[in-house]
Amino acid sequence: MSTPAPTAAPEPTPTADAAAAVVVRGVERVFHGAKGASVTALTGIELTVHDGEFVSLIGPSGCGKSTLLRLIADLDEPSAGDIRVFGRTARQARIDQAYGIAFQQAGLLPWRSVAANIELPLQLHGMGSAERRARVAELLDLVGLTDFARSYPDQLSGGMQQRVAIARSLAEQPRLLLMDEPFGALDEMTRERMQTELLRIRAETGAAVVFVTHSIPEAVYLSDRVVVMSPRPGRITDEIDVRLGRAAERGEDLREESAFFEGVTAVREALHGPQSSTPGTARGVDVR
Amino acid sequence: MTTTAPATRRARRWRAVLWGVLGLVALAAVWELYKLVGPADGWLIGAQEGVTGSGIRLLPRTSDQAMPHTWEMLARAASPVTRAPGALPLGVVVLLAALVSLGVAALGWLVGVTVGFALALLMLGFRIAERAVLPFVILSQTVPLIALAPLIRNWGSRLSFGDFSWQSWMSVVIIASYLAFFPVAVGALRGLQSPEAAHLDLMRSYSAGWWTTLVRLRLPASVPFLIPALRLAAANAVVGTVVAEISVGFSGGIGRLILETAVAASSDPAKPWSPILGAVLLGLVAAGFVALLAAFLSPFRRQETLA
Repeated sequence: MSTPAPTAAPEPTPTADAAAAVVVRGVERVFHGAKGASVTALTGIELTVHDGEFVSLIGPSGCGKSTLLRLIADLDEPSAGDIRVFGRTARQARIDQAYGIAFQQAGLLPWRSVAANIELPLQLHGMGSAERRARVAELLDLVGLTDFARSYPDQLSGGMQQRVAIARSLAEQPRLLLMDEPFGALDEMTRERMQTELLRIRAETGAAVVFVTHSIPEAVYLSDRVVVMSPRPGRITDEIDVRLGRAAERGEDLREESAFFEGVTAVREALHGPQSSTPGTARGVDVR
Repeated sequence: MTTTAPATRRARRWRAVLWGVLGLVALAAVWELYKLVGPADGWLIGAQEGVTGSGIRLLPRTSDQAMPHTWEMLARAASPVTRAPGALPLGVVVLLAALVSLGVAALGWLVGVTVGFALALLMLGFRIAERAVLPFVILSQTVPLIALAPLIRNWGSRLSFGDFSWQSWMSVVIIASYLAFFPVAVGALRGLQSPEAAHLDLMRSYSAGWWTTLVRLRLPASVPFLIPALRLAAANAVVGTVVAEISVGFSGGIGRLILETAVAASSDPAKPWSPILGAVLLGLVAAGFVALLAAFLSPFRRQETLA
């Protein structure tokens, strides 16, 4: 399913993209600084994420992977190009709540209990309280935090906070999840547990995921496809299909299988370039 | 935040009361101790022979005239305010006056908080307003109260329509609110601007509008900034009321009583201390009220701990 987009991008039509969760065509983002200085954060981005597909964006710091995610989420607007989410404009998709989002910081509201934090999007969009309670109970069960419904964010560990944030992003049963280094602040053990957890949740919900990370093993372990980016200017340099089986079948054992290591090697070479295997060429990439 | 058993919490509360009482006793003890050992005429440096009022007094006088015994003050508070038959005890008169001032100060606080909050919302909503209004908000506090009081009284007295005519207590309310609005405007603005970018992004991803973001995110996030501001506003409202009563000439409040009893200081030295202590009590009640409010809002004072 290697999908190098056609160079002459046709106008995306709703019918053509019916099966695609995200279609990015010729997107560019230029930040204008003070005194006329401008930085090209992204240029010539072509990306398609199919429905139910797990795609990781990986690259060194400053390659624009987070910027790309923000563009898809309509938290920022592209300078040029077009972004479609389920055939709608990114803006319309945001208004329609077509995606759920999670950030590196859990971003929970400290004055709300765990249950009330998960409830927030449902409450904002006017769901009835009985219905809300039932949905929150379901989500708490999904992320294994039923016993902590009445706790407050400051009483939880980092991993638990992040699980609450994931439950919140799933509250409205989105067909697309956008995640910006959600496990970046966690320790290695928690991180691996959360990755397995995410795969299970994703298998249960069947949502497409766009996952920003700077960890190669994380990208390989989680993804159907890894999109490799490079900085100055931020662009997509390679796409690697990872064939490690369906999400539901991936377990902890996978981390020790040769297919996993092959995937890691492939992504690493794509990041560093084939000739140089010395570390340090792609600074900012976590090779743990 | 760890949950504490109610028993330990009650014990802590009693200990707080005990420390408060001990503080009062200690203050009285220091007063009496200094009165005992301090020089009766205080300590002057650079005084010229035969010239009254010359030199710099470094230590106050301890004569009964300047520093009456604490128990004399208490006794004076318990005895009638004047020798006229049927006169109320001084303490009761002081409490009644303090109550009047409390009402006026509370009204001034309420007006000040409302105006301050409205200004903060205006500055939050419009960048231009922040740049245009904030300097004037800060400048407003440099105008001396004494200069302002007669102006407000003067302007107010020209206002009258129908049955409405300007009362002197209204001038006091205006002046108290003038002092109270400032900390609220500045504190509320900081609080409303305090949510992190991630939280604002989240609200945007929910397509939440300005009002929804205000109610669900900015207002709760502003509470930790708002409570110190409200406390400052309460203190300012009390000070403003006491001072404005004197300069506006509103009788019935504690400020006026301080002025009236000060006149009697030479013949009845313990008398002026009652309204002064009354004013202190007024400040304590105002602070206590805000503490009560803060206890109500305590769920919003939880801080996010980083993962």
